[in-house]
Amino acid sequence: MTQEFYLRQAYGETLVALGRENPDIVVLDADLSRSTRTILFAEKFPERFFNCGIAEQNMVSIAAGLASSGKIPFASTFAVFVPGRCFDQIRMSIAQPRLNVKLVVTHGGISVGEDGTSHQSIEDLALIGALPGFTVIVPADAIETVQAVRAVVAHPGPCYIRLCRPKVELVYDQSYRFKLGKAVTMRRGGDATIIAIGLMVKTALEAAESLKGKGIDCRVLNMSTLKPIDEAAIIQAAADTGAIVTAEEHLEHGGLGSAVARVVATHQPVPMGLVAIKDTYAKSGKAVELLERYGLTAKDIEQAVHAAIKRKRPK
Amino acid sequence: MSLSRKCKPSTSARSVKAEVFSSSTSPAEMEAIARRLRRHIITMTGRAGSGHPGGSLSAVEILLALYFKVMRHKPQDPHWPERDRFILSKGHAAPALYATLAECGYLPLDELATLRQMDSCLQGHTDCTLTPGVEMSAGALGQGLSFAIGVALAGRLNAKDYRVHVLLGDGECDEGQVWEAAMSAAHFKVDNLVAIVDNNGQQIDGWNREVMNLDPFPAKWQAFGWQVIEVEGHSIPQLSQAFDKAKKIKGQPAVIIAHTVKGKGVSFMENNPHFHGTAPTAEEVKLALKELA
Repeated sequence: MTQEFYLRQAYGETLVALGRENPDIVVLDADLSRSTRTILFAEKFPERFFNCGIAEQNMVSIAAGLASSGKIPFASTFAVFVPGRCFDQIRMSIAQPRLNVKLVVTHGGISVGEDGTSHQSIEDLALIGALPGFTVIVPADAIETVQAVRAVVAHPGPCYIRLCRPKVELVYDQSYRFKLGKAVTMRRGGDATIIAIGLMVKTALEAAESLKGKGIDCRVLNMSTLKPIDEAAIIQAAADTGAIVTAEEHLEHGGLGSAVARVVATHQPVPMGLVAIKDTYAKSGKAVELLERYGLTAKDIEQAVHAAIKRKRPK
Repeated sequence: MSLSRKCKPSTSARSVKAEVFSSSTSPAEMEAIARRLRRHIITMTGRAGSGHPGGSLSAVEILLALYFKVMRHKPQDPHWPERDRFILSKGHAAPALYATLAECGYLPLDELATLRQMDSCLQGHTDCTLTPGVEMSAGALGQGLSFAIGVALAGRLNAKDYRVHVLLGDGECDEGQVWEAAMSAAHFKVDNLVAIVDNNGQQIDGWNREVMNLDPFPAKWQAFGWQVIEVEGHSIPQLSQAFDKAKKIKGQPAVIIAHTVKGKGVSFMENNPHFHGTAPTAEEVKLALKELA
């Protein structure tokens, strides 16, 4: 039986556990604590929770001040409002001085659904990934979320964790151990590699299973740490399999596909395919309908794998 | 890639003997230091060939009152956990802050000559990773008050009795984030925080009233839940009294609106927006230093 969980619920519960363990953990939100689930922390530790109202720029710079004074602030709202609305604040208050602020955002990507364009964050990874020194993580399920949230506490410096809105099927069990900066091999294979992040990891596994039936063995990597990206795993995958397809709930500009292409083009050129949102904004709809409309299904990944394999150079 | 180096700590006699900075400086001595700060600002920006002398000169007495009268700090230990904090939000007044820090002994005075040069620890706008005593990297306006609230909240959570001072420009108050921060400081009742506005009336493009009218300025702060104290911003006694008064206010933040003159102390720079972001020429440096002799 498949099990689905909200990543943001896992985040909220982890914050409560961290709050008990570490008095320096503080949490900020911008009037979305019920949705981001930071409300769980607020209920337990009201004196360490700061609801900044609908004022994200202020929230981000307050978090920087707290971090400069030794606190470990987690600041949360929807991905579309951080870093888009607060880019300069994040750049100068957090990234430049490399302060220990943890931005954990929810409702990333188009799977936010019916709220439409204004609430669908499809550029955030490009923006945050452009900032020197930022660690960027996109967990694949609730188990990885718990571990990633814990990992960033143990890793001083600016961190960004992007979670999606809907429930996601587990791709890990409790024995899983997240390692910051390390890609996880979800499936072995030698014909092509699919590299995915977030809820697209599950979709990539479905695509790989289907391709297996057609005689194509795909390696599947979960690149949950988008930055610093695991260059060695990408170079190895390119060398071993000769074709790479990336899958993400983000624009193809500046996201996972771009980051992987930079490594591939620099170190081990092989044909690539990018499964990502093309140069457009999405609209209202159910998450599953949107993922289909904007080309983010297992079928889209399969097609990209076929196309990339076709372009392989003969050995 | 060459990274800018960090400043070496100062070894001047003043800083070595000063454990916690004392407030026994006499009025005559304060006046002499003010003149030195102004001379540093003129010399530094003149030598660099760029920078912001106008808004640096208007902030001199505010910095002087804080660093030589009001704040508890140790130049030899810039990260001393108990220190009172000063956060420069109007980051373009960096020359004034660098000069003050050097006069206190945070950095050697001869370091001032390197302002804005390659590999200098004194960047065009403040960089907290390079300069001892600088709490925040500024230059992108509007962020300092929010940052200061974070520092003040951390003080409260850690049961520290340090006070947080943040200096804003009046033109900077065009930024929406300043008012987000103002609202939240009152909401969170941060009474260990004092904002000071260097109210020199001008911004790059001219008089505030013509570029973007802030009036009624004190009433805006009051409406956002702040106690407002207005002073003549070039009077050390008035500024010191204002800081004393602010310290006694409980349950809400205080703002000192310091009425100042842009370019204060140099006749041809006073109230002249040209010198907001333009350094004096070699000839102008000579003239200015003559006035400040």
